[in-house]
Order: sequence, then C-alpha cells, then structure tokens
Amino acid sequence: MTAYLKLDHIDKIFTRGAASTEVLKDINLTIEKGEYVSIIGHSGCGKSTLLNIIAGLTNATTGGVLLENREVNSPGPDRAVVFQNHSLLPWLTVYENVRLGVDKVFAKTKKRAERDAWVMHNLNLVQMAHAKDKRPSEISGGMKQRVGIARALAMEPKVLLLDEPFGALDALTRAHLQDSVMALHQKLGNTILMITHDVDEAVLLSDRIVMMTNGPSARIGEVLEVPLARPRKRLELATNATYLKCRQRVLEFLYERHRFVEAA
Amino acid sequence: MNMPATKMDIETATPAGTAAPVVAMTPKRPPRSETYARMARETAVRVIPPLVVIALLLLVWELVCRRAGSALPPPSKVFKDTKELIFDPFFDHGGIDKGLFWHLSASLQRVALGYSLSAIAGIALGVLVGQSVWAMRGLDPLFQVLRTIPPLAWLPLSLAAFRDGQPSAIFVIFITSIWPIIINTAVGIRNIPQDYRNVAAVVQLNPLEFFAKIMIPAAAPYIFTGLRIGIGLSWLAIVAAEMLIGGVGIGFFIWDAWNSSHISEIILALFYVGIIGFVLDRLIAGAGKIVTRGTALN
Repeated sequence: MTAYLKLDHIDKIFTRGAASTEVLKDINLTIEKGEYVSIIGHSGCGKSTLLNIIAGLTNATTGGVLLENREVNSPGPDRAVVFQNHSLLPWLTVYENVRLGVDKVFAKTKKRAERDAWVMHNLNLVQMAHAKDKRPSEISGGMKQRVGIARALAMEPKVLLLDEPFGALDALTRAHLQDSVMALHQKLGNTILMITHDVDEAVLLSDRIVMMTNGPSARIGEVLEVPLARPRKRLELATNATYLKCRQRVLEFLYERHRFVEAA
Repeated sequence: MNMPATKMDIETATPAGTAAPVVAMTPKRPPRSETYARMARETAVRVIPPLVVIALLLLVWELVCRRAGSALPPPSKVFKDTKELIFDPFFDHGGIDKGLFWHLSASLQRVALGYSLSAIAGIALGVLVGQSVWAMRGLDPLFQVLRTIPPLAWLPLSLAAFRDGQPSAIFVIFITSIWPIIINTAVGIRNIPQDYRNVAAVVQLNPLEFFAKIMIPAAAPYIFTGLRIGIGLSWLAIVAAEMLIGGVGIGFFIWDAWNSSHISEIILALFYVGIIGFVLDRLIAGAGKIVTRGTALN
C-alpha cells in the first residue's frame, strides 16, 4: 500500500538578511488513509511550521509533500486547516463562514440547494446548527472551534489538518471537543494530522504519535504507535495499562531525553 | 436569583409529562408606564445640559452685543433680520437671489459629487498601497507631501485646468478629502490578520473574491474612519472654494452677505453650515456602524 500523505525529506530554513535559522531538518513521514496522527513537541520546535508546509501556506526549503502521489505546494481545500484561534470571519454568520468554503469547493458539482443542505449537514455534525445565524462574537470559544471544524469538514478534505485546535479552550470544553472529534473521525474516517502539546490529548486521539526534538534543526525523534482499540472511552482509559504506558513513553521523550532547555 | 422560585412555579403549574410552559421562565416585564418614564429620564439627562449651555451662551451674546454701536448683532437682531430667510428657504428670484435651501443644495451637490469620486478613487488607491509594497514605497512619499497642501491652493491650478468654476470646486473637494481615505484604507488593508489571508488561501478565493469577501469587510472600520475625516474636510473646503468661484452656493452666499454688510445673514448661514457638517459626519458614522457591525466587535 502506497502512502496517502508523504512528507519527503523536508528541510525548512528561515533566512532574514544574512542570518539563517534551520527550523526543520530531514522530516520524513508517511500517513495512511484514515489514520489519526499527532505531532507533539515543545513550543518553538517547528511543528506549526511543519503543518503550514503541509497546508501549503509556507513552502519547504527542500523536500516536499506528496498527497496521493501528487506534489502539493500551494494551499487548497483538499488539506483544510482548523486553526488554533478558530479564524472565523467576524462579519459573517456561522452559516456564512461554512458556506464560504462550500460555495468555492462545490461551485460546479453541487446545486445551490445541495450546498445549503451540505452546510447544514456539517453544522449538524458538530452540533452547531442551532447557532447558524449567530456571528462569531456571539458564541463561545468552544462553539467557534466547532464551527471551524465544520468549515474544514465541509470542504471534504483529503487530509484534515488541526493546528492545536483545543489549545485556547478551557479543560472541560477541551475534553468535550476531543470526544466530538473522536466521534467524527470514527464516523467519517477522515485522515487527520493534529499538532498538539498536550500528552493526554495525543495519546487519547491518535493512532500514531510523532515526537519532535527541540529546535533549531528539529527532527522527528520517535514515532509511537498507540495500539488502543476504538472507540476509546476517556474514563476507561484512565486506568488502562497500554494507555498509561504510551503516555509514559511520550512524557519520557519530552521531559527526559528532549527536555526544553531554553528558559521559557 | 429567583431561579428556584420560577422552577417551583413550573413544577406546580404543570402536570408531569406535559411540556413545561417556557413563558414562566421569562422575567416579569416592568409596566409600560415605567419603561416610558425611564426612557424620558435618560433622554432628559442627555438633552438638558446642552440646552442649558446654549441658553446661557445666547444670553451672554445678547448682553454683550446689545449696546449701541456694537460691531456684531445680538441673537434677537439676527432672528429679526433673517426671519424671511429662515421661514422661506425656497424662494427663487433668479440669479443668485435664491432661498437658503437652494444655496445649501447646490453646495451639497458639489460635495456629493467630489466626495463620491474621492471615496472611490481613495479606496482603490488605498487598496493598492496597502496591498503592494512596491506601490507603497513609490506612492507614499508623494501622498505625504500632497496631503499637506491647503485645499484652496489647488483652486487656481484647477481653474486653469478646467476653465470653469463648477468642476474646479468639485476637484478641490476631491483633492481635499482623498488623502485621509487613501491613508486609512491602506492601514486597514495592511492590518488584515494573517489568519484571514490563510483562510482565503485554503478556500482558494480568487483575487476578486478576496477583495470583496475578505479585504473590504476586514478593512471596513479603517475605511470608514477615513471616509468620516474626508466628509468633514470636503465640507470645510466647499465653503472656502465657493467664496472664490461665486455662483449659487452657501460659500458665496456668505461672501455676498459680507459684501452687502448683512452680518445677520452670515450668522444664520454659519449656523446652517455647522448643522449640515454635523449631520454629514453622523451620516457617515452611522453608515460605518451598520457596515462594520460584525468586524468592530472583535
């Protein structure tokens, strides 16, 4: 089976004037269709840069991204992003925010009424249909992020990219939203790549966890399989031996072998 | 605070199994008369102070200018002298002997034309300068110098170019009000958050869609700041320009009144000019509030 998404020898060097910083070095990763992969690492290790490269928002200095064996180097709806700070357009309603992407992606393939139904379908998936006429400023942070997920899902992406999607949320809302994302992944079978700095989140949600070393010149330090059956239940896993072992592995990697050295 | 009480109401009021009446949850509405009384109080608090101040100022003015030989007329005389103009603004005796309505409407038409042109050109240039670094580097120094030229300094040049008063006045309005529109629009465009640009890139909006759906709404608060400064400047410039070009218009009306020593008429005209300037400013501010209701909240 060939890789669905392949990161091929990606290097990223930022140059400003004469000074240049190597952020990412020789990143190689293959992701199968339907897989849920998390990338975890300390802040500043370039994981967001990596996601931007996959999304096409930044270009790799060398190497490239292959999606279904085709190189991608510009942004597109086949790699929809859920941004950390939701990035909903404040002058549009919830419905219009989702509709914006849908109108663009399905301009030729779906009729007006079908696009409307598709927007509502996706809002229903994230349980936000009730707020369709509200503006982003009128809904809570968790709700905004739900709409962000609906907007990304509605583009029917080949890979869904989540950039620390729950980072700005309080713990309870975060847990609730994690469960929702798990349920969606179960139901729709999307291929998901998530950036996170939360160990529990990574273990709970992922099939594989990619651990990155500290920058500059961050590399993939280790890739951990999480052999937990789905659907996973948060409460049951709290005492599950495999879960705890995986969690331990990630913690050891982050706090013993690749401790965050800079004073942060 | 009264949650428990309301909940009990529902439980006692409805037999088990049927839907609880939602009406019981809404807090009791205060009686109509009370609402009106409160509204009246709130209005009074805002309206009474300015009225008191205006009355006091009129009183002082009256006292100061009442003496015989005073250079300026007191308010009572202003009213007596200009009663005809106030109560019949629509007369038209041909030439420039017209009611104030016609003078003001002529001025407003010039402003409307000049200002619309400057709004269109200003937003277009502002977008260009905000979006392209090269255009900014090239044009910004030019703008910074040109915008300091006083409005009336343009008038002789435009008279030379257009050889007619009407287009010259409109050009002066245009050139006066365009700078704040350009500069504010450019700042607004430059401040569009990268997030919005990323969203547009992922959705693959084309440049035209990006302009209409992201750029203009995101920069709207800035654009309206520029438009508001612009309308104020164009109303400032029209009076001065009209004094020089002559013809029908509130500016020349004032000049004409001065030449015929009708000081009371000047004062009345100034009053109208002030009120209309205020209304124009409010209009643009109101339009801005409606257009930017989503963006401004964030």
